[in-house]
Amino acid sequence: MKTRTRTFFGQLLTLHIPLVAFILFALFPFYFMVITSFKSDGELYNLKANPFIIQLSPTHPHYSGGPTLEHYRLLLRDTPFLTWLFNSVLVSVLATAISIVIAILAAYSLARLRFRGAPSFGTAVFITYLVPTTLLFLPLAQVVNRLGLADSVWALILTYPTFLVPFCTWLLLGYFRTIPQEIEECAMVDGCTRFQALIRIILPVAIPGVVCAVLFAFTISWNEFIYALTFISSTAQKTTTVGVTAELIRGDIFYWGSLMAGAVLGSIPIVLVYVVFMDYYVSGLTQGAIK
Amino acid sequence: MASVTLQELTKRFDKVTAVNQINLDIPDKEFVVFVGPSGCGKTTTLRMIAGLEETSDGTILIGDRVVNDVPPKDRNIAMVFQNYALYPHMDVYKNMAFGLKLRRTPRPEIDRRVREAARILGIEDLLNRKPRQLSGGQRQRVAVGRAIVRQPEVFLFDEPLSNLDAKLRVQMRSELIKLHYQLEATMIYVTHDQVEAMTMGDRIVIMNNGEIQQVGDPMEVYNQPVNMFVAGFIGSPAMNFFQGKLTAQNSDLFVDFEKFVVKVPKSQATRFGNHVNQRVVFGIRPENISDREESGEHQQERVPAKVNVVEPLGSEVIVELSAGDHTFVGRLDPSTAARPMQEMAVYFDMSRFHLFDAETGVSLSHQ
Repeated sequence: MKTRTRTFFGQLLTLHIPLVAFILFALFPFYFMVITSFKSDGELYNLKANPFIIQLSPTHPHYSGGPTLEHYRLLLRDTPFLTWLFNSVLVSVLATAISIVIAILAAYSLARLRFRGAPSFGTAVFITYLVPTTLLFLPLAQVVNRLGLADSVWALILTYPTFLVPFCTWLLLGYFRTIPQEIEECAMVDGCTRFQALIRIILPVAIPGVVCAVLFAFTISWNEFIYALTFISSTAQKTTTVGVTAELIRGDIFYWGSLMAGAVLGSIPIVLVYVVFMDYYVSGLTQGAIK
Repeated sequence: MASVTLQELTKRFDKVTAVNQINLDIPDKEFVVFVGPSGCGKTTTLRMIAGLEETSDGTILIGDRVVNDVPPKDRNIAMVFQNYALYPHMDVYKNMAFGLKLRRTPRPEIDRRVREAARILGIEDLLNRKPRQLSGGQRQRVAVGRAIVRQPEVFLFDEPLSNLDAKLRVQMRSELIKLHYQLEATMIYVTHDQVEAMTMGDRIVIMNNGEIQQVGDPMEVYNQPVNMFVAGFIGSPAMNFFQGKLTAQNSDLFVDFEKFVVKVPKSQATRFGNHVNQRVVFGIRPENISDREESGEHQQERVPAKVNVVEPLGSEVIVELSAGDHTFVGRLDPSTAARPMQEMAVYFDMSRFHLFDAETGVSLSHQ
């Protein structure tokens, strides 16, 4: 009996409590975001009110009508939020698609083909990733203007790969290296060209790695701010990140409620993507037993 | 016609020559085994035949075709890898059908061939399983099945049994031998295990340092090794080597090991006539050392020795002995009286010894 309680308390202390603490810490921003988006202005800007809850009891001094959809209405009615959402989806999907295709070809070549300068090329790819976008956006703006892409989502679709490709290549390179070379060699003896071996054998086996790269690339594109802010000026071409901050921060006035509403709605596509791909990712892991 | 011919085949990696001017003719339907220690170039040679490595020099012919620049898929070969290399995302049926599907073979034909191969290998009830659900031996069978369905001109095996446990290895060995009889195909087999080489090959190609040391059928290579490397590599326990000097006294030849001497039988003395006073290496296999004197025509030399270690194996006893400064191994009958730390005289069968040049290692007995 004593051992059982000790183990129970032991587990509580070493596992459950830290886990709960971590979950609270991780989920708190979302909780605050959601609460704020449903909180009426009266309660929101009342410095005496509790910021962590919406007051539901009408008799409470800080009560201001309870939860409201006003911020969402403002967001969807007075701003082209849905257009921004569409632009974000478009940019993220296309930029991710372009980057993944390039990264797969690059990573495969670097992992498998012996050609002169391959190791240096690999290092060069990685080093370009280290140059921060906060430095690059100025010269890149010039390039974008010269190409006539200014103020178009295409400016983003074509510039995002500059940081997505190095990252995805590096990720996939590591993953391809774990796949035994005999599998492709066998495929080539069986009748594949190298390219067919890549498509029919390597990619199916590498699905967890590819899914990982797709998830990261999509998330990075979705959250990107600097290039979107620099290259795009007209409201209809903006992505969610830029649009929400540009339209809902007017001078020194922050429309907190609608900002949070924008954040909530803007998070949904990412959550959906992860939910959809997570299952595939896990099933990919159990399928891919090599040897 | 599925013969394979290698002419002056060479492979260099930067400054290292892995395969050095190999010349070999493998006739149709032969089972040839490339054997040698790790790094001797046997796998590189196999991969060049498969087209997975480019040649640095020389020519490879399959049948009458020069295939140096022909991609692997067009060489009409099939390969079984050491790690099986099964496609993990496909079930056994699809693994075996893959090559045929790529060549647009009609589906009924694919089905017929896959099921036939599965029947030969005894894996019919595994066709719907994925590789991760199979044991090592089953995976190896699927890998072989995948090669069979393609009906290639040449089968290439790259140490296919190395990853199996000892018992399974013995079983698969005999299955592959039977397969060779059934399919009547040319098979090129690479291994580092000399037992596999001896038991499976019609001919054995022994390689070391990128060069062919000897080519011959198993008994030829065993009984007439052309150098010390081959003599020491083939046969287990390995041949014993004694450093000595060939001397002559009156009309008799002796091999002088300082602390003791063995006499070369007159019938063989003529062979070594011009090597008198040369430093030589005397080789004798453990099974040609006995603990009892045989009467009759057996040409035996008595050597006083001391027993160091006795290893009973049941069917025989392996004994480590020392004589003079030399340590050597004998295979004795289980009824032997040998005991550790005992003085015991042993008898060398002088109809079965080998002499090698001490400097070059080349055999003076067989050329």
